[in-house]
Amino acid sequence: MGRFLLKRAGQALVVAWGAITLVFVVVRVVPGDPATLILGPDASAAQLDSVRADFGLDKPLWQQYLTHMGEVLHGDFGDSWRLGGGAMGATLDRFPATLALAALALLITLAVGYPLGMLCARRPGKILDLLVSTGSLIGQAVPSFWLGIVLILLFARQLNWLPSTTGGGPAAVILPSVTLALPFVGWLARLVRNGALEETGKDYVRTARAKGTGEGAVMYVHVARNIALPVVTVLGLLMGNFIANAVIVEVVFSWPGIGSLMVDAITNRDYAVVEAAIVTITVSYIALNLLVDVLCVALDPRLTPESA
Amino acid sequence: MSAIAPVAITAPEVRRRRRLPARAWAGIGIVGVFVLAAVLGPLLMPYDPVATDLPHRLLPPGSRLGDGSVAWLGTDQVGRDMLTTLLAGSRVSLLVGTATVLIGGAAGLVVGLVSGYFGGWADTVLSRFGDMQLAFPSILLAILIAGVLGPSVTNIVITLAVTRWVIFARVVRASALATRDLEFVDSARVLGAGSARILFRHVLPSCWQPLLVAATVQIGLVMVAEASLSFLGLGIPPDQASWGATVSAGRDYLGSAWWISTMPAIALAAVVTAVGIVGDAFRDLADPRAQL
Amino acid sequence: MTVSAVHPAQPPAPGDVAAELRDVHIGFRSGRDVTPVVRGVGLRLRRGRVLALVGESGSGKSLTSLALIGLLPPGAEVTSGSVVLDGADTGGFSARRWREARGDRVAMIFQDPMAALNPGFAVGRQIAEPFRRRLRLRRREARERAVALMREVGIADAESRYGDHPHEFSGGMRQRAVIAMALALGPSVLLADEPTTALDVTVQAQILRLLARRQQEADLATLLVSHDLGVVARVAQDVAVMYAGRIVERGPLDDVYTRPSHPYTLGLLEAMPDARDGGRLKPIKGVPPDPRRPPGGCAFHPRCPFATDVCRDEDPPLAEDGDRAVACHHADEVTASRETEEPR
Repeated sequence: MGRFLLKRAGQALVVAWGAITLVFVVVRVVPGDPATLILGPDASAAQLDSVRADFGLDKPLWQQYLTHMGEVLHGDFGDSWRLGGGAMGATLDRFPATLALAALALLITLAVGYPLGMLCARRPGKILDLLVSTGSLIGQAVPSFWLGIVLILLFARQLNWLPSTTGGGPAAVILPSVTLALPFVGWLARLVRNGALEETGKDYVRTARAKGTGEGAVMYVHVARNIALPVVTVLGLLMGNFIANAVIVEVVFSWPGIGSLMVDAITNRDYAVVEAAIVTITVSYIALNLLVDVLCVALDPRLTPESA
Repeated sequence: MSAIAPVAITAPEVRRRRRLPARAWAGIGIVGVFVLAAVLGPLLMPYDPVATDLPHRLLPPGSRLGDGSVAWLGTDQVGRDMLTTLLAGSRVSLLVGTATVLIGGAAGLVVGLVSGYFGGWADTVLSRFGDMQLAFPSILLAILIAGVLGPSVTNIVITLAVTRWVIFARVVRASALATRDLEFVDSARVLGAGSARILFRHVLPSCWQPLLVAATVQIGLVMVAEASLSFLGLGIPPDQASWGATVSAGRDYLGSAWWISTMPAIALAAVVTAVGIVGDAFRDLADPRAQL
Repeated sequence: MTVSAVHPAQPPAPGDVAAELRDVHIGFRSGRDVTPVVRGVGLRLRRGRVLALVGESGSGKSLTSLALIGLLPPGAEVTSGSVVLDGADTGGFSARRWREARGDRVAMIFQDPMAALNPGFAVGRQIAEPFRRRLRLRRREARERAVALMREVGIADAESRYGDHPHEFSGGMRQRAVIAMALALGPSVLLADEPTTALDVTVQAQILRLLARRQQEADLATLLVSHDLGVVARVAQDVAVMYAGRIVERGPLDDVYTRPSHPYTLGLLEAMPDARDGGRLKPIKGVPPDPRRPPGGCAFHPRCPFATDVCRDEDPPLAEDGDRAVACHHADEVTASRETEEPR
């Protein structure tokens, strides 16, 4: 178990390093003068020079890279020229809002999609099953930015049930999470349905029924136990996906999360913040994968940690 | 024991399913209309981003305009005809979708072939690199590159191709790897065929089908990605029409003119769903076992 | 056929009919078409006795047993006839009544114990499940009863093995666990579908001994489904032979084994590895018919050495004679052939 985790943690570090390098490369090797990119075309020569000196842009690229990596190792991602102060600090301030959004979206997806999939598996090919499969197809194709807008229009403007922006208190998290979750509810339902359908054909389900176990317990205890592994895996991926894809939803709802911060930063060429945001999201993405691996090992009765 | 009976009964159903289902035809129909609209639409109704017609702004679908023509999908906040805007947007969508898939697919094909056929250190390096990119949320990469490059059709194609090539490379590598060790390839090698000849005569043909399936699936995703970036203001520049940008522009008029945001969103959803259905049908045709 | 229903006031006695199939037809439905697989089976399961249902794969014997516990696979259904449990016709059973009957009145042991156990849960927990869910016992109590049951079926170190998962059990121990689960609620009818087929020969004998012992102690009415006449001979008192969805011969085991009246039974006996004539094996020629297109007349006639014109034209009815029954136009010749060939 320890070795397995160590290996995965090592891989995670490599990906985090890759993310930092990638941002460095994209930002500094792209055609054009980084100082001009930072300050915009109207900057004076003196301003440009001072920025170049500040960021060490007058040194060779490899030297810049090494200096930068050294700083990053100390947790220093540079300062945000727009917000003032450390870029990483500003990013981490925004992170809880994104996490809350993603976590609630995950909860909604699970709470609706899972039972829906179980219901579909009980009567495959029937009306509900067809509805869900069509819904999942459409749900995947509807752009989330438009879905968010429609939900605002419907529930915030017309019905006035829920707030659309953060001014409205904790309930403000509901609409953005629903927007994030909705396209994946049908998707998860299909996944659960297919998994459960495969399991219900197996002998142990017949044994459970032969013992007089009710259909509810057959599905939600016996079958659920055996599809737990793929479901947990998928939920982990989904959470990572929600954290990353929150970007668009955050912009639509003006949600003060890491995604809207990043879009702001990139349009304002505040690359220190962009880098901090990307690294934060990537690292949490990897951490989630790690968590899923651990959960899977814990959940699989046949998998002893040594063989993982 | 009794297993014989149900198996024997379901067998004909499997055979029947191998033809294209009706909904695949519906999907192909929608995609066809979309392609026609993208190619011919702007010729019939040229899009002029600066032409404003303020007296006729925010008109609902079906309204009659000053010159006697009818705005079937309404007009936007500066009085431009929505249908014209949509047609122009469809061209951008199609252009970005196909260009990205072509470029990303070509890059993926080359990398996948090298990686899968030659193996060795090249494969290790390329595969690791691909793994790393996939461990990284692609939307972030897209935002980063698009943001740095600035809005333009070329830049958006570059951005999306960079985020997608890995998927094509993986598909191609898998089939190249599978073909490389087949018996007839071995015998070709024994007969003295060179690597280039084996690659082009034997390995390459086996890659087309999975690549085509992947391309169909990706084209829909690329279109959504383009619309998302344009929505964020990082995609298509303001002087060109994009469905995502139009949705964004219509946000402020949702209460008074819902059609501005809704029309392009419905168009996008319909096309992407249709492409998805066609992609599924292709995959089922290519691999009938996938649906069982 | 008459029913001797068990009256609640009267304690059940050995010989009482605990379950009965009356002219049961089972078919697979696809749309409006029904493909008949079991065509008119009548059986009576008596307390304290083991009835063996014998036949090749595809003869419909498994479906017949599943009909007795209301667990026919999707698509299959009882199209006519009645399944009677403890005097009650199950035709009108709701899903709920079936569920209450399962485990409590009728229980089942399956062929592959590895597949029959849920791989995700500890074996003990699965044995305790009926106590928890059906008797609503507390966790501790359910566990104690499950451990006691595990001991009864011969699982050594029951206490410590309670928390082990199925993959940590040997094949024989798994089948013991499945038997424990089936016996948990003290059913009156036990269905065993090829309970030893998936096991090693040495383990087979142990499991059969266990089954026979529990059978006697609990006065169970048992239906043993098997293709193996050797297994059948060790535990059953009565035997019914199925071919292409019909019972072709039925009677007390000793009688049927020594004086088979149906050519198919004769063929099965002669195909036994330890046949009495010096180990000479005579497999039955040909293959079982496609259940969707059984041959006209007697379903067995294409494979039958005794077949004549009447066999091709006319399906013989199951003729009863005392406790024996046979469906063959040439039953007397078959019996005679066995007796002349192998005088006893």
